[in-house]
Amino acid sequence: MALLEVNNLKVYFHTRNGVVKAVDDVSFSVDSGETLAIVGESGSGKSVTCYSLLDLLPKPPAVIEGGIANFDGEDLLSCSTDRMRQLRGNHIAIIFQDPMTSLNPFLTIGEQLIEPLIYHPEKSQRLNRKAARIEAINLLDEVGIVNPDSRFDSYPHEFSGGMRQRVMIAMALINKPRLLICDEPTTALDVTIQAQILKLIKQLQQTRDVAVIFISHDLGVVAGIADKVLVMCDGKTQEQNTTHKVFYNSTSDYTKKLLSAIPSGAKTKASGAQQGLDLVRVSHVKTYFKDFSNSENSLVKAVDDLSFSIKKGEIFGLVGESGSGKSTLGRSILQLAPLTAGSVHYSDTEISTLNPNQLMRWRPKLQMIFQDPYASLNPRMTVYETLAEPLLYHAIADKKTVAKQVQQLMDDVGLDRSSVLKYPHEFSGGQRQRIAIGRAIATQPEFIVADEPVSALDVTIQAQILALILSLVEQRNLTMLFISHDLSVVRSICDRVAVMQQGKLVELNETEKLWDKPEMPYTQELLKAIPAAGSKQ
Amino acid sequence: MKKPFQTTAQRSSLWLDAWFKLRKNRMALFGFSVLLILCVVSLLTPWIAPYSYEEQDLMLGATPPSAAHWLGTDIFGRDMLTRIMYGGRVSLMVGFIATAVALAIGILWGSIAGFVGGRVDAVMMRIVDIMYALPFMIFIVLLMVVFGRNILLLFVAIGAVEWLTMARIVRGQVMSLRKQEFIEAAYSMGLSRWAIIRRHIIPNTLGPVIVYTTLTIPSVMLLEAFLSFLGLGIQPPQSSWGLLINYGVETMEEYPWLLIFPGITLSLTLFALNFLGDGLRDALDPRASKD
Repeated sequence: MALLEVNNLKVYFHTRNGVVKAVDDVSFSVDSGETLAIVGESGSGKSVTCYSLLDLLPKPPAVIEGGIANFDGEDLLSCSTDRMRQLRGNHIAIIFQDPMTSLNPFLTIGEQLIEPLIYHPEKSQRLNRKAARIEAINLLDEVGIVNPDSRFDSYPHEFSGGMRQRVMIAMALINKPRLLICDEPTTALDVTIQAQILKLIKQLQQTRDVAVIFISHDLGVVAGIADKVLVMCDGKTQEQNTTHKVFYNSTSDYTKKLLSAIPSGAKTKASGAQQGLDLVRVSHVKTYFKDFSNSENSLVKAVDDLSFSIKKGEIFGLVGESGSGKSTLGRSILQLAPLTAGSVHYSDTEISTLNPNQLMRWRPKLQMIFQDPYASLNPRMTVYETLAEPLLYHAIADKKTVAKQVQQLMDDVGLDRSSVLKYPHEFSGGQRQRIAIGRAIATQPEFIVADEPVSALDVTIQAQILALILSLVEQRNLTMLFISHDLSVVRSICDRVAVMQQGKLVELNETEKLWDKPEMPYTQELLKAIPAAGSKQ
Repeated sequence: MKKPFQTTAQRSSLWLDAWFKLRKNRMALFGFSVLLILCVVSLLTPWIAPYSYEEQDLMLGATPPSAAHWLGTDIFGRDMLTRIMYGGRVSLMVGFIATAVALAIGILWGSIAGFVGGRVDAVMMRIVDIMYALPFMIFIVLLMVVFGRNILLLFVAIGAVEWLTMARIVRGQVMSLRKQEFIEAAYSMGLSRWAIIRRHIIPNTLGPVIVYTTLTIPSVMLLEAFLSFLGLGIQPPQSSWGLLINYGVETMEEYPWLLIFPGITLSLTLFALNFLGDGLRDALDPRASKD
């Protein structure tokens, strides 16, 4: 019998608008030393499934309507609150997506690590501070923290994202659990860090013989780590099989759809770049920020002496990990972040020397699409207001024609005309990004900076938005700077790619040449870290 | 500055939606009706009041509620109902106008300071700090010495105090809003700073502002009583709710109705304001649930 066996689990949310079947008749099992991946898009019920096992759901509205979760002879769904508290942490541990919000910023990580050892629910197993410290330091060493002895007394903000996730893993493992639930543990991390963390989880699982449930929306990540895969959609099991079979012999249409939505391979459309016509010229651009967290005069060199040019009609990719300065560069080009030195030319005009009033006339031609479609739309403006604002402000439309133009825009970006009076929160993430794209193209721009426009979206939605962007670029003869940390996405859409690291340009080449023959070691490392579906050995 | 570019459809939608939502909120509607009735009664007082507010009947003295005087009379034999009605004229006017003045100055000051930031912010907020530090009594006495007794000074004095907190609240809101992406998006669209403040910043600060406003109005009404007591506001035989309560407190053991009725009136106003404020805050937030 497996360590955890879940049969016919049903979790419903009873809301005012009716019953939502978040988890509907899901069964699975996972044994020691085995990794089960639960894959699905947002809202598929994958997290709810695991949270219901640990009694972490808000009740009400959540109600467990049925099912059995047999963990080593005990039913998790019917055990008492006290027993559940003992199980959590001692036998079952969970790692969350965001390592910053799950650590207490006011306590050192050492203090947080030894807490469960010192206050162990069973008194006989409690350790004194000294013993606990030694144990914790050993564990920090095991999860790959360098100098664990001195890092023991550091605060969470003194760690990078990847290191924090390692600390979180150490915290989850401190009481030697037998089941580890990882809820999107690498989603917030860079691609090279993600590869390291995945390797660490795999390795720890083997040395400690724990069962792992790995929740993810990313099939590519799952391919490299899971033994079995459970694909969920709308609370229902779509497919459950070994990883190999799911990827190569899928029986489910939904899984096939997910797999085909993963961007892979090169851009299929011909480049629209016009030779010899540089639309945007960036020369020796530096953007420095004062770093107040350190000494008074220290500078953060977000962008450090970059030069390149973007041809008219091309999609120019900019990749790099978080903190590489790629977003700052995008903002600097649009004069949304002040330049410290250097110049930016837009066709024949040096826009970096214009004053704010002069710039306002250029803004309609230079637009931006932001990463987070939740944050980039004013929550108190309807779609109509959001789209009409630039049209009316720049006198592209007058009061009589504006309604028609707004409708035209909504058609162009694939939004339903009837939702014109809705507010942003009433839309899904993909639809919101469509609104944001509609706003960006409203002024008929020539150049658009797209800052991670699909990073916050599910993979099938991501494919739709990428298709939309590509068709808009073609129809409207746009030039685009496409910023992303996701190399597969960049490869599928960009004509040329620049790689950034710590504010500096590492490599710049045509997309396929860069993929075939990356020259710099950093680029090679980046390319190697891509978790590609189907590359499981 | 460009011409105003709003169409009626645009301008109305947030407020129209809010109005539709508010109409479904029974508590808010109750609050709104109570305030409306109080305002109408105050406006019509000179014509509908049963007695004159200053006519004394010393022989009668203080009597409990009766058929002739529904809410009793005060120690000079003046009809309480009449005095509360007349008092409402002053209290409501002071409450609404002084708060509106504080609101306008505070929102403008706070949003400019928060949005522009840097040195401008530092100077503007230091001015606020200095005003805070100024002893209120001395300020009042100075005003009286320079300008003499004048009801307009009442608004100046109250406005000068109340806008400070509003400015601080708005500034804090704006500073967190300023870093949001939709503000940057507005920049990249080429909107002027003023357009951004007006169209994107201020509507998003409304929640806390409305709540604070509903708290300000009653406190302004009581402040008026304090100022009147000092001789700056209105003088007997005129009345206001604050003044009536003040006198009521002095005699509450012998003649409790002199305190109870003005107290009930003020409390009712306060409740109505709070219900309306809560309703407004929800109604103006599109994200709050629709039902």
